[in-house]
Amino acid sequence: MPNSKKFFNDLSSIVDETLDGLARASNGKLRLLDSHRAVIVSAMPDHKVGLLIGGGSGHEPLFAGYVGKNLADAAVAGNIFAAPTPDIIVEATQAIDKGAGVLYLYGNYAGDNMNFDIAAEMASEMNILIKTVRIWDDVASAALDHITDRRGIAGDLFVVKVAGGAAALLGSLDEVYRVASKARDNTRSIGVAAAAGTFPETGKPTFELPDDEMEIGMGLHGEPGVSRSKMMTADAVANDMVSRILSDLPFQAGDEVCVLVNDLGSTSSAELLIIYRRVDQILHQRGLKIHDTLIGSYCTSQEMAGFSISLLKLDDELRKYYDLPVDSLALVKG
Amino acid sequence: MGQVSLTIRQTRDALLVVAAGMIASEGILSEADRAIGDGDHGVGMARGFTAVEKKLAENEFSSLSELFITVGTALMMSIGGASGAIFGTLFREGARNLPANEFTSTALSIFLNDGLIAVQKRGKANPGDKTMLDALFPAAKSAAALIEYPLDVGLPQVVAAAEVGMEATKNMVASMGRAKTLGERSLGYPDPGAISMLLILRFLNEAAQAK
Ligand SMILES: Nc1ncnc2c1ncn2[C@@H]1O[C@H](COP(=O)(O)OP(=O)(O)O)[C@@H](O)[C@H]1O
Ligand SMILES: [Mg+2]
Repeated sequence: MPNSKKFFNDLSSIVDETLDGLARASNGKLRLLDSHRAVIVSAMPDHKVGLLIGGGSGHEPLFAGYVGKNLADAAVAGNIFAAPTPDIIVEATQAIDKGAGVLYLYGNYAGDNMNFDIAAEMASEMNILIKTVRIWDDVASAALDHITDRRGIAGDLFVVKVAGGAAALLGSLDEVYRVASKARDNTRSIGVAAAAGTFPETGKPTFELPDDEMEIGMGLHGEPGVSRSKMMTADAVANDMVSRILSDLPFQAGDEVCVLVNDLGSTSSAELLIIYRRVDQILHQRGLKIHDTLIGSYCTSQEMAGFSISLLKLDDELRKYYDLPVDSLALVKG
Repeated sequence: MGQVSLTIRQTRDALLVVAAGMIASEGILSEADRAIGDGDHGVGMARGFTAVEKKLAENEFSSLSELFITVGTALMMSIGGASGAIFGTLFREGARNLPANEFTSTALSIFLNDGLIAVQKRGKANPGDKTMLDALFPAAKSAAALIEYPLDVGLPQVVAAAEVGMEATKNMVASMGRAKTLGERSLGYPDPGAISMLLILRFLNEAAQAK
C-alpha cells in the first residue's frame, strides 16, 4: 500500500470504481459499457452526430463528468495519466454511432493521438464515419508556430461545450467538426503549479518542486513549464499568466470571452476567487466583455496545488452553441 | 548451449520469460519515466505483460504470426498511453510476415524490421528523437546483418546493438511524447521506452540461450 492518506479500495480498480460511481450518480442518465471504461448517455436520438471525448484518468471530473445533455455522448477512460486503449474507444464509438458518424475530441498527447487513430481505423473498417479534433490550448507547451505540438488542458471544457451544442443542433459530422475546430482554435489556457499531486498506484509525486517555489506552464502530468520561480502573489501570477494568453491570440477590445479559473486539485476556493478577481480586472482594462465565468474543479491532476486560466473567444456562431443549456455531473447550466 | 531456432511452443515459452522479466522491471522503468516523463511507463509495461502472460497461458498457437499478434494485441489493449500503441504495433505488425513454425535469425529480422516500419508510421518519430526507436532501429539493422547466423549466436549481438542505442539516448534531447517538453532537461537520462525495447530483446535472448 503506497504511503498516502487516500480513500481508495483496490488500487487497480480506481478507474473502474470512479466511473461506476459517476454512472450511479447520474440517476439513470448515463450507462457504463461492458469494459467499465466508458460511459455513454442512456438515451441518444437517432441520426445524431456522436461526440466522444476521453483520455487518461486522474483528471476528474474530466472527461466523464461532461457526458450529458448537449455535451458529449460518451467518454472513454484510460488508466491514470495514460491514454485509453483502442478497444474501449471502438466499443464506445459503436455504442453512440447512430449512422451520422462520431467526432473524437481529446487532448493532444502522443499516446492519445495514436490510440484514437488506431481506434478510428478500426471503426472505419466497420463503416463508421469518424472525424477527429485534437485540443491544444496550453500556450506554455510550445510556441505559437508549433501550435499542433501543444498539449490539451482545462480549455478542453470550452471545446466540449461548444462541440456538444453543435452536435445537438447540426446534422452533419463535417459541420460539427468545423465548429469544434473553431472552438479549439479560439481557446487558450495556461496553468501554474505550486505542489505535485501523486500517482495513485505508486504514491509518488508526479514532479519535484521545492516548498517555496512554483512553476508557470506546468502540465497536467507534471510536464515542465516555462518558468520556475519563488512563490508569487495571486495578482502577480495572474498578471503573468493572463498576459501570456492575451499575447497568443489576437483579442481585441469589444471581444466577448468565456473565462475558466480551474483548480488543479487542491487549491482553495478563496484562492481561485482572488485569482479571478485579478483576471476580471485585467480583461476589463483590455476592453474585453466577459460572457460567462466558470470557477472550480473542472480538470485536475489528482491533488496538485495550482490552477489554470482558460479563455474562449466567442463569435456569434460559437456563442449560439456555447449557450445551449447543459446537464452533466460536472457541468449544469440552464 | 543455446538454440539455432525455436519452435512455436519454445517461442511462446520464451515470450513468457520476456513477460516475467518485463513485469519484474516495473520499478526501474517507472523510475526512468519519472526522470523525463510522467512516471507511468513501468506500471504500463507490467500491466501489458501481465495481460500477455494470461493470453499465452490461455491459448494454443498454430503459427508464429498468431502468437506475435496475440502478444501485440494484449499489449495494445491493456497498456494504453504511447507505449501501448507503440509496443502493440511492434508485435502486431512485426508478426505479419513471420515464417509459420520456426523462429530463426531470419524471423527475428523480419519481426524487428517490419515492426520498425510500422512503429515509425504510427508514431512519426525518427531515430534520434529519444524514443524506443533508438534501441529498435540499431537492433533491426543488426538483425538484418546476422540472418546467416544461428539464433543463439545472432541474438546476443542484436541485444548489444540495442544496448548501444539505448545508452545513446542519454545524449539526446527528447522531441516526442511527454518527455519532449523537457527539451534540454532530458539530457543525461535514458529514454524509458528504449530501456523497455532493450529489455525485451535481452529477456528473449536469455530464454533462447537457456533452452
Ligand atoms: N511517437 C513515438 N514513437 C516511438 N516511441 C514513442 C513515441 N512516443 C512515445 N514513445 C515511447 O513511449 C515511451 C513512453 O511510454 P509511456 O510513459 O508508457 O507513455 P506516455 O508517454 O503516454 O506516458 C517513451 O519513452 C518512448 O520510448
Ligand atoms: Mg509516461
